[in-house]
Amino acid sequence: MNAKIYDKIATSIFYLIASLIMLLLFLIVGYILYKGIGVLNLKFITTPPKFMEPGGGVAPQLFNSFYLLVLSMLITIPLGVGAGIYMAEYARPGRITDFIRLCIETLSSLPSIVVGLFGFLVFVNSLHWGFSLLSGALAITVLNLPAMTRISEDAIKSVPESLKEASLALGATKWETIYKVILPSAMLQLITGTILTAGRVFGEAAALLYTSGMTTPDLKFNRLFSFSKVSPLNPLRPAETLSVFIWKINSESLVPDARQVADGASALLIIIVFLFNIISRYIGKMIYRKHTGSK
Amino acid sequence: MSNMGSSINKKDYIKKELFGKIYSTFCGLLIIVLTISIVFFIASKGIVTFTRNHVSVIDFIFSSKWAPESLNSNGTPQLGSAIFIVGSILVSLFAVIVSTPLSVCAAIFMTEISPKFGEKLLRPSIELFVGIPSVVYGWIGLSVLVPFIRKNIGGLGFSFLAGGIVLTIMIMPTIASVASDSLKSLPLNYKEASFALGATRWQTIRKVLLPAAAPGIFTGVVLGLARAFGEALAVQMVIGNSIKIPSGLLDPTTTLTSIITMDMGNTVSGSAWNNALWSMALLLLLISFGFILIIRKISSRRSMR
Repeated sequence: MNAKIYDKIATSIFYLIASLIMLLLFLIVGYILYKGIGVLNLKFITTPPKFMEPGGGVAPQLFNSFYLLVLSMLITIPLGVGAGIYMAEYARPGRITDFIRLCIETLSSLPSIVVGLFGFLVFVNSLHWGFSLLSGALAITVLNLPAMTRISEDAIKSVPESLKEASLALGATKWETIYKVILPSAMLQLITGTILTAGRVFGEAAALLYTSGMTTPDLKFNRLFSFSKVSPLNPLRPAETLSVFIWKINSESLVPDARQVADGASALLIIIVFLFNIISRYIGKMIYRKHTGSK
Repeated sequence: MSNMGSSINKKDYIKKELFGKIYSTFCGLLIIVLTISIVFFIASKGIVTFTRNHVSVIDFIFSSKWAPESLNSNGTPQLGSAIFIVGSILVSLFAVIVSTPLSVCAAIFMTEISPKFGEKLLRPSIELFVGIPSVVYGWIGLSVLVPFIRKNIGGLGFSFLAGGIVLTIMIMPTIASVASDSLKSLPLNYKEASFALGATRWQTIRKVLLPAAAPGIFTGVVLGLARAFGEALAVQMVIGNSIKIPSGLLDPTTTLTSIITMDMGNTVSGSAWNNALWSMALLLLLISFGFILIIRKISSRRSMR
């Protein structure tokens, strides 16, 4: 009899804890959105921040976040997919492959501040790129490369063996098979993984403090294609992202409405990250439908 | 490729196979080069404290005398980092100790108690937790948790407790998702055998499923610990950053990542102070590598069974 009572008690405790965790999440997300929604408007995302007076926006930071995302993904995707292809198709079991796996695990567990310091040392100082978008993009690449490699490897390995054999039997080389048969059929899965990885770029701040820097020049959007520091597209200019901005405005800002700005920026950040999440989920569902034929 | 006689075939081979093979091999090897160069660069800066400033490794790790601008009687700067190391260890342990039972309960709930509700609602919510950026956690900590502690519990609000709670929430998804994967991968007949013997669900969970999934759960705990140890900004924003070992939960303290975040930009490169920060970064790198080795050990033991 006792055992049954204990079972009941345990079950209700599990329900309680599960509901508490759900509640906590909804409170956190709800709080951010509730606080931020009053600040978020078109003006907030289209005007630059102000220094001593209230009413500033986050336009340059938002632009920087997206631009940094594009730059870093341009580098991460080819390298990560290449490494994934190598691990899935070309690598032979042995010491070197084992060592690459150890390296992937090591890279993926590095604290992001350490990666930021590596970027500071190599890209900012040794290569004299200074605090710049390029340094930041490469630091993010270091952070995302292990995830991208794993995603590509899994996607490639999930392609049915029969497709591959058919292509090889028709006389295609291994690379032709990879390029023309395997990659296209792994494409949706690759895209899902890439979007999830990309979403993380938005949240990253520790690796960017000392690589892309904590300032943004007074951007001039009418000078997009010049090499000056005020050109928004110049990859060698410093750029604080939205996440870095939230951190900075809390520690050293002189703006009187710092709280409101941080609330708005946090809500904006959360909304963007969730959008990435939803899109990748949607594509994931499409893959499932494609594979199973169900609706 | 011995049957490739003509030169046209050779050209074809280069275009259709060799290029791809070389490119993907290059990418694979790049990962090795990258890892080694990170270790090399951080180490080359990190050992300067010991080689040029002549601080002994023992003093660096175990001494709590942090006075980077003043010299001691031997003429070496006082770079004892014990306070930061202890702060990092304590706050991550706090997070893991509080987070593990909650996360494991969530994992059991998702896999055993109510898979339907768990998979539809709890798992997606936990996945969303992962997506919340660490600065946002820090900002909520700063604007909600810190004032709450100040008003209702006492102290300044900026405290060990605040840092610990923020980390607890941050590592929960890591532990919960690894633990639930490990529970899910258990053979179904474990559970069936236990039920057939007349055990209740709770008895089955406690006596059969949890012990069987223990290595996997432990991997999740180590991953969570690693994440807590390496987290920088969220902790730095709420922990108070005062350089002393906390005497209670409400005391402000600091961590390795906090002091690096704060001081790296304000110190002159090459100064003893700055060198010590690089040594701490090296220490963080070594510790995260240690965590990887522990996880490898667990999983190799599991696959041997």
